[in-house]
Amino acid sequence: MTVLEHHDAVGAVTGPVAADAPRTFLPQLDREPGPAEQSRIRPGTSGNAKLAVAGAAAAGLSMGLLLTVGIGLIPAGWTLIVSYLWFVLIYSALVFMREQYSAVRDRFMTVLMVSAGVTVLGTLALVIGFVFTRGQEPLAYWNFFSQDMTGVGPLSGLDQGGILHALVGTLQQIGIALAITLPLGLTTAIYLNEVGGRFAKVVRTVVEAMTALPSVVAGLFIYASVVMVITHQTNGFAAALAITVLMLPIMIRSADVVLRLVPGNLREAGLALGAGQWAVVWHVVLPTVRSGLATAVILATAHGIGETAPVLLTSGFTGVMNLNPFSGPQTPLPLAALELVRSPVPQMVARGFATAAFLLFVVLILFILARWVGGQEAGKATDAQLRRMAARSRQDLPRIEKNYHDFNYQQEKE
Amino acid sequence: MSTFASATLTPERPADEADLAKPRTLRNTYTGSDHAFRGITFTGGIIVLAIMLLVGAFLASNGIQAVNEVGLGKFLTTANWAPESNDFGIAAVLLGTVQIAAVALLVAMPLALGTSLFITEVAGGWLRKVLTSMVDLLAAVPSVVFGLWGAYMLQPNIVDFSKWISVWFGWIPLFQVDGVDPASPLRDTVPFTASTFIAGLVVAMMIVPIQTSIMTESFRRAPVGEREGAFALGATRWGMIRTVVLPFGKGGIIGGTMLGLGRALGETIAIYLIISPVFEIKFHILEKGANSIAAMIALKYSESNEFAMSALMAAGFSLFLMTMVVNFTASAIIAKSRSGADSEG
Repeated sequence: MTVLEHHDAVGAVTGPVAADAPRTFLPQLDREPGPAEQSRIRPGTSGNAKLAVAGAAAAGLSMGLLLTVGIGLIPAGWTLIVSYLWFVLIYSALVFMREQYSAVRDRFMTVLMVSAGVTVLGTLALVIGFVFTRGQEPLAYWNFFSQDMTGVGPLSGLDQGGILHALVGTLQQIGIALAITLPLGLTTAIYLNEVGGRFAKVVRTVVEAMTALPSVVAGLFIYASVVMVITHQTNGFAAALAITVLMLPIMIRSADVVLRLVPGNLREAGLALGAGQWAVVWHVVLPTVRSGLATAVILATAHGIGETAPVLLTSGFTGVMNLNPFSGPQTPLPLAALELVRSPVPQMVARGFATAAFLLFVVLILFILARWVGGQEAGKATDAQLRRMAARSRQDLPRIEKNYHDFNYQQEKE
Repeated sequence: MSTFASATLTPERPADEADLAKPRTLRNTYTGSDHAFRGITFTGGIIVLAIMLLVGAFLASNGIQAVNEVGLGKFLTTANWAPESNDFGIAAVLLGTVQIAAVALLVAMPLALGTSLFITEVAGGWLRKVLTSMVDLLAAVPSVVFGLWGAYMLQPNIVDFSKWISVWFGWIPLFQVDGVDPASPLRDTVPFTASTFIAGLVVAMMIVPIQTSIMTESFRRAPVGEREGAFALGATRWGMIRTVVLPFGKGGIIGGTMLGLGRALGETIAIYLIISPVFEIKFHILEKGANSIAAMIALKYSESNEFAMSALMAAGFSLFLMTMVVNFTASAIIAKSRSGADSEG
């Protein structure tokens, strides 16, 4: 860049201008984005308030322990609940000693809100922790991932048998489902946003309602329309279709939300430069939301992999490897977990938990992948992405300058 | 979108130049690729709409055979499910479905409301991002995993609480449990397992994420000016929430709760793993034995002949209708509360 002159806020040149060389001014694209604006009001963070919480927590826990373990008035399993109730009571009393009634109510409600958040987070941690703890034993054996259940009896040890057949089943079924959902879902989402009209509104309403389609109903539908009419047997393809029916509305809806974030003036800029509608969609709209669309696809995949009820009705159950999704039963992971857990044999139940833990692990990986691809919020670029965009834009500068010079040179010749 | 609509431009001109004062029409000209693009995406929309409408059509056409056999009135009022002896109906399972969903909603709604207020109003910076991610992650946990957690971890730990409720509040018919002697010193918790209450608790944890994300979205839209106005008038944070955030987010609260209800009605595998199915009309939510339409379908499909399958299709269709009504209403409420909030950037 060759910016030498002083210029004021609006970009008007105020310094001495050299008459001979034409110059281009660029905004400073390589500047780091500034820090986010601080919120202006930040109530309730004084040291006194923090100490009151800590003191009340200690007092509540002491009271809980005293009443349950100490005196034995209440069974020990209730310790946490009793402590929590005493904490809320003591904390409210502490605030009441120093503040007005409205402040007491404010703190009380804040405690309730935080408690709700902690309960939800705690449940998530419990669910993940419990399934991984119960399923850790079979996961330690390599044959769990390299064998199917052929010849595995109820008394076989954990060093025999595995879930390779279910893994293959899940991969094939989700592959087929994605092959249908991806083009159809993205096309429809683009139709809803870019073409629009009265019919698009109808489609959007129906799709939104279908995101809550009960999963077992999707299974029944495929059972009635495909298994009973066409294939006359349960197989992997029917299961893939059932997953498709469930994934399609989820993908359309999230892609629709992402596409809505494209600013209208970007489209208008493209149209004003003379591009047609298709050119604007292909060169402006889709590149703008590429990462958001990828996130939508990955999250829909994560939901599709975990669906159990539809495949229960359509895939059939087998413990044997079946590489052909179009013939014979083919069990995917969630169904394998369900069937194994319902067995009365402890080793089978352990295998079921391990299958569920593995399934959860896959979903976690997909979820992290989606966050990594799409950033925190769909349609918003991260700092690194902004820098890369700026760098790409700077690469165009020499070309633009060259065109400008050539143009001036030709004019001078004439 | 309106971007592509044709517009009319009326330039201001002196009246005597009448021929020039005609409005100039600006027309869109689509090229061949534009027409192909519009055609292909339109086809996609039609295919999707057709699939979604076919779901209802197939269930209805397959289920009508069984319903005709016994008559609609008997189908709606019979509690038993025995298609082989022509004695079946959805009265018990429908009631069970509604009971489980009601328990789930009663637990999930305050949790979701508190969590979303925590995310939008209390937590800040990184904590808010982490919380939002965790709620989204909870939504992605497969239902079979939730079912396993509910059946093998929650159930053994919650039965004592069930017993406590029934001992102290058993005089309310809803919490009554038959066949239990509260004075007995034995820890007999079997009558409290596999109940509507426990199934409802697990379903509650599964619908918290969708409710939370809808509520969070609507609370974020509460205008900053009004928030700061409330603070400037001396409101505490809760005072501000009560007078600004909650009134502005009312549509989101109602809509999100109803979306959660739609999910709760259709939940299958988690309920299937927990309950022990009974086909009778009962209101004792703490007692062993419960049922729901979705769980019944998952339970009965394998032992069904063609006619019994038709009966299951009819039950599935009634579930389909119920969730669609709930969901359409929820979408309408959310869309109404959102209108005018969006603007072009």
